Amino acid sequence: MLSTLLSQIVNGLVLGSLIGLIALGYTMVYGIIQLINFAHGEVFMVGAYGALAMFTYLLPTFIQQQWYFALPLLLIAGAVVSVGVAVAMERFAYRPLRNAPKLAPLITSLGVSIALQEVIRVFYPGATAAIPFPNIFIPGTWTISVGDGVVPIKYSGILLVVVALVLAYALNMFVERSRMGRAMRATSQDRDVARLMGINPDRVIVLTFALGALLAGIGGVLYGGFYTNINIDIGFQNGIFAFTAAVLGGIGNIRGAVVGGLAIGLIKSLAGQYMPGGSAYDYVWIFVVLIVVLVFRPQGFFGETERVRA
Amino acid sequence: MIGHPRETRYGKDYSMTRRRTIVTAAILAGALGLTACGTNREEAPGSGGGAASCDTSKGTLTIGMVAPLSGGLSELGLGMRNSADLAVDQANAKCTVPGYKLVFQAEDDQANPQIAGQAATKLASDANVIGVVGTLNTSTSQVVQPTFAAKKIVQISPANTGPGLTLGADPINAPKRVVDSYFRVATTDLIQGPFAANYLVQKAGKKNIAVIDDGKSYGAGLAAEFAKQATKLGATVVAQEKVGEKDTDFAGVITKIRGLNPDAVYYGGEYPVAGPLSKQLKENGLDIPVMGGDGIVDAKFVSLGGKPGDLATNVGAPAEKLPSATQFIADYKAGNYAEGYSAYGAFTYDATNVIIQATAKALGSGAYSDATRAEIVKAVQATNTQGAGGPIAFDQYGDTTNKVLTVYEVKTDKFEPVEGTTGSFEG
Repeated sequence: MLSTLLSQIVNGLVLGSLIGLIALGYTMVYGIIQLINFAHGEVFMVGAYGALAMFTYLLPTFIQQQWYFALPLLLIAGAVVSVGVAVAMERFAYRPLRNAPKLAPLITSLGVSIALQEVIRVFYPGATAAIPFPNIFIPGTWTISVGDGVVPIKYSGILLVVVALVLAYALNMFVERSRMGRAMRATSQDRDVARLMGINPDRVIVLTFALGALLAGIGGVLYGGFYTNINIDIGFQNGIFAFTAAVLGGIGNIRGAVVGGLAIGLIKSLAGQYMPGGSAYDYVWIFVVLIVVLVFRPQGFFGETERVRA
Repeated sequence: MIGHPRETRYGKDYSMTRRRTIVTAAILAGALGLTACGTNREEAPGSGGGAASCDTSKGTLTIGMVAPLSGGLSELGLGMRNSADLAVDQANAKCTVPGYKLVFQAEDDQANPQIAGQAATKLASDANVIGVVGTLNTSTSQVVQPTFAAKKIVQISPANTGPGLTLGADPINAPKRVVDSYFRVATTDLIQGPFAANYLVQKAGKKNIAVIDDGKSYGAGLAAEFAKQATKLGATVVAQEKVGEKDTDFAGVITKIRGLNPDAVYYGGEYPVAGPLSKQLKENGLDIPVMGGDGIVDAKFVSLGGKPGDLATNVGAPAEKLPSATQFIADYKAGNYAEGYSAYGAFTYDATNVIIQATAKALGSGAYSDATRAEIVKAVQATNTQGAGGPIAFDQYGDTTNKVLTVYEVKTDKFEPVEGTTGSFEG
């Protein structure tokens, strides 16, 4: 069934782009301060809620109904809220622990994750259950006929894939070509030597958190538009897969995060279709692949082998 | 690290760090305080009051509840909390239990068996708890049931439909009562599953049905009973798939079943998954009705994506159509609760009243002691009365003898009972 195969590939690409977008935040923060920031999934969730709050409480009705106004505003609001939360998180939770043993910030990130979830659950009106997300922008589905059936593609899914790939490319260019990007790479290699070269590591680290959060916030809005409802668990749920994607692609590597995300999306949808056990075991196959890859390539697809750090 | 430049800087900033710690602690304390306020604000309105004229010289007795007051299923849980609160308030106003003031204590289980277990332990450790209403989920009841049974605390659920809670591990061939203190006013999935199949296959004429469930005790059990009866009636179950209870992306499952051309989907589970599932079915080119059990009967199902034509069965007759429930609905409105009474309101109100009546009967004019709990259990077993949701009596397993169910259909934006479908399933 060609149409089924193509549909599953489409499903996988959409989910994979979203996971890749979140994975970029994990991988960049790890690359620069070797911290697995488990609260990053919550940054994504908070972005979606921030955008929804702006839409519900601030936008006048006539703008709500014009998607070409509403969509950019939602994306900006999501990004602003996520970046604000991430910067505050870095400043108050991680920076005081910069020179503490590695486990301290790791445990802190778990605490920040739970705290953010609970703050939204308690204070956001109606957040104790799933909330519908506005679907006024680009609703509808593009249906392609393929031989024996149809392949439906939601316009919001196309948007998600395109935005994710464009942002990942832009981020890659920024890190590889810009002055600030060079400072980021220098800081990730050796923070003390970078400081000797006149780089302010604190500023670079904040920027790294902010960039990751920018992508996560935009991802949160696109997620809401695609699935049309959000709940406080989406950060944890997708964060775990994004973290897995970052590890699979090689943690610390930008291209690896995107490829890892797409790989996980495709494995989930194709394994659910074709592997024994069906959809009940699709998550199992993701981790089977992860384990097999890590056995033969412990550094992931694109990761560098661990160097001994000074 | 000795002699490292960062070390000296850290030392210089020490006072700053300490001040920052204090500021952070203050902010945290403030946040916690606010959280506490937030929780207090959620306290049900209308509690207390009205009991002033009664003799409460013998003290207070507590009726507990374990239900999801937050989380995905809170719409149902909050309706349960308010309905039980209403029953307790009325009993206090009418001095139903002479000499005692009744207190209602609702514990949140977030529909999570582990949290439900903690809530049950908390209630069971209180010597003044005379009975517990709840839970909502079969999976949570499996955990709390033994805890309450050990203390002989009567538990009445308005919503559990898993057969194993009353009939043991093999409900069909070797039914065996699990605990003496557990009762329910909702009927079981042994009735609900086949009842739904009868409607979907015979009345709605669906012949190729895809069955999906969330793998939890309730969902998987209900889906299995449905599939059995649907096959017996000559329909084809084209696929049996599972989704996670926290999943939001069902495109994979939908693409898979689309190739099998189903004309309906039966979903065993609850509305947080069922609503988005229904919507995504349509978006992925499968515009077919979704049918589910009592777990999807809520307005939230529609707001999360349920579409007109979707079907559900629910326990009991529709409260809005029952003459016995009109008083309950009027009283509930007068109570000014923030949330609706939801799918289980009338049954919860009844379950609470059964406990109150049994307590009054067991106590008589005597005083409450540890031995009273066993008497309350006996009195509940002997219940034979009319409640808001219909007649209430319990069989030898603790199941309700009122095995009536109703089919509901989404019309424009909410579930409406389908005329003439209230009935039961006979073998």
